[in-house]
Amino acid sequence: MRNPHRTQNIAFFLLLLATLLIVVPVGMIVVIIIQKGLPAITWQFLTDIPRHGMRAGGIFPAIVGTLYLVTGAILFALPIGLLAAVYLSEYSKDNILNRLIRLAIVNLAGVPSVVYGLFGLALFVVFFKFGASILSGSLTLGIMILPIIITTSREALESVPQSFREVSLSLGASKWQTIRHIVLPNAIPGILTGTILGLGRAAGETAPILFTVAAFYLPQLPDSIFDQAMALPYHLYVISTQVPNVDEKIRYGTALVLLAIVLFMNLVAIIIRYRYRKMKKW
Amino acid sequence: MRKTKEFIIEKFILICGLASILFVVLIFLFLLKEGLAVFNIVSPLKFLFGKSWYPISEPPQLGILPLILGSLLVTLGAAAISIPIGVGCAIYIAEIAPLKIKETLKAGIELLAAIPSVVLGFIGMVTLVPIVKNLFHLPTGLTALSGSIMLAFMAMPTIVSIAEDALYSIPKNYKEGAFALGATHWQTIWRVMLPAASSGIVAAVMLGIGRVIGETMAVMMITGNAAVIPQSILAPVRTLTATIAAEMGEAVVGSEHYFALFAIGIVLFVISFAINVTADLFLHKRQ
Repeated sequence: MRNPHRTQNIAFFLLLLATLLIVVPVGMIVVIIIQKGLPAITWQFLTDIPRHGMRAGGIFPAIVGTLYLVTGAILFALPIGLLAAVYLSEYSKDNILNRLIRLAIVNLAGVPSVVYGLFGLALFVVFFKFGASILSGSLTLGIMILPIIITTSREALESVPQSFREVSLSLGASKWQTIRHIVLPNAIPGILTGTILGLGRAAGETAPILFTVAAFYLPQLPDSIFDQAMALPYHLYVISTQVPNVDEKIRYGTALVLLAIVLFMNLVAIIIRYRYRKMKKW
Repeated sequence: MRKTKEFIIEKFILICGLASILFVVLIFLFLLKEGLAVFNIVSPLKFLFGKSWYPISEPPQLGILPLILGSLLVTLGAAAISIPIGVGCAIYIAEIAPLKIKETLKAGIELLAAIPSVVLGFIGMVTLVPIVKNLFHLPTGLTALSGSIMLAFMAMPTIVSIAEDALYSIPKNYKEGAFALGATHWQTIWRVMLPAASSGIVAAVMLGIGRVIGETMAVMMITGNAAVIPQSILAPVRTLTATIAAEMGEAVVGSEHYFALFAIGIVLFVISFAINVTADLFLHKRQ
C-alpha cells in the first residue's frame, strides 16, 4: 500500500535536497574566494599597477577602469531608463505600442552579453569611430543595463498609490508637476535599488567590454574617455587563462575584489529595499 | 506657456519610452549589416551545417555546425541539471520553507544571480575542472560536462525566482479546496499547484535556458574550446558565444572571419529573441 504521508516525507526530503544543492555550493564559492583571496589583499595590491607581466604588483588600473565604465554606463542608462519607466507607468495606454515596448525590454534583457559586445564594436567602435575606448564600453554596458533600470523603476513608480496623483491633480498641478513633485520622490528608494543592481551588473560583465574597451595590459591610468582601460572582470579572465604561471594568490585576490564590489552593491540594494518596505506608510 | 512645456516634456518622455525598441532594432540591424556579408562567401545552409570551422585557413572554412552542437550539448546538460533542482527549490521556497528561512534562501538565490560569470568560470577552473578530470580519468577536465554543471548554476536563479513567482501567484482557494478534500500537502502541490502554475514554470525554464545559451565567459573558460563536433559530454567543446569572444580580438575588421563572427551573432540573437518572445507568451497566458 502506498502511504500518502510517507510519499510526502520522501518528496519534501528531495525538495530540501534540491535547495541544499543550490545553496551549499553558493556558500562554498563565496567562502573559498574569501578564504584564499583575503591573504592577497594588501594596500599595495589595491593601489599598485600590475608588474612583471601581471605576475606581481597590484590591480589599481583595473579597479579604476571598472569604476569609470560603471559610472559612464549609469550616466547614460539612468536618465533614459528612468524616463522610459515614467512613460510606461504614467503616460502609456494599454495599446499595441505599450505591448511592443514591453516586448522590446524583455528582449533587451535576454540578448546574450557577447552579442552586446558585437553590437558595441559595430556601432560605437567602428561606425561612430570612437575606437576601443571607455566611451564605447560605457555606452555598450549602459544599453545592457537599461532593461534592469526600466523594470525596477517602473515597479517603483507603479507602487505609488493612485490617490497621491489624484490629490495633486485636483489641487491644480499639471501632470508633469505631479510626476516631478509627487510620484518621483515617493519612488526614489525603488529607483535607487534598480540603479544599484544595474551598477553591479555592469561592474561584473566581461563579454560586452571585450572588444569595446578592455586593454590586456595597460599599466597606467586612462587620461580621457577615448582611452582604452583595464577592467577587473577582464583582468581576472586574462590572468586566469591567458597568462601562465600567475601566482594563485593574485588570481584569488582579484576574484575577491570583483566579487566584493558586486556583492556589496547587491547588499546595499537589498538593504534599501528592506528598509523601504518597513518605512512605507501606505 | 505651461501647455507647451508639458507638451515638450511629454514628447521627450515618449522618445525615451521608445528607446528600448530603438536599441533592439539597432542591435539587429548592425548585426545584419556586419554579418550578412559572410553569405557572399558561403551559402546560409553551408554556414549553418558545414562541419568544419577553420576561419583562418586559406580558403577559410566557415561551417558552424560544431559550434551549434557544442552549444546544444552544454545547454542540454545544464538543463538536465538545473530544471529538476531549480523547480524543486522553487517549490521548497514557495510552499515548504518556514517564513524566516524563506527570506534567507531568497537572498541566497539573489546572491548566486549576482556573482559575475567570470568569477564562476574562475572558480569552476580551480575546483570543478580537476574533480571532473580525476573522476573520469580524462586527459583534461575542460569538458562539456564541466561547462554544463557551471552553467546550471547560472540558470538556477532565473528558474527558481520565476517559478517561485508562478507558484506564489496561484489563488489561495485552489490550495484550500484541495486540503478540504483531504489531500496531503504534497498531493496538493503535485496535483493542484504544479498544474496550475505550469505555464509560469515553462516560462521559467525557457528563460533559464536562454540565459545558458547566451552565457559566454564561464563557458569559454571551462569547456576546453575545441571547435570540433563533440563525441561525448566528456570531450572538450566550443560554443557559439565562446567562439565570438575568443576570436573577435584577432579578426581583422572587414575580413571574412569578422563577418562570420557577426553572422554567429545573428544566430544567437534570433535564438534568444525566439526564446524570450515565447516565454513572454507563456507568462502572459497565466494572467
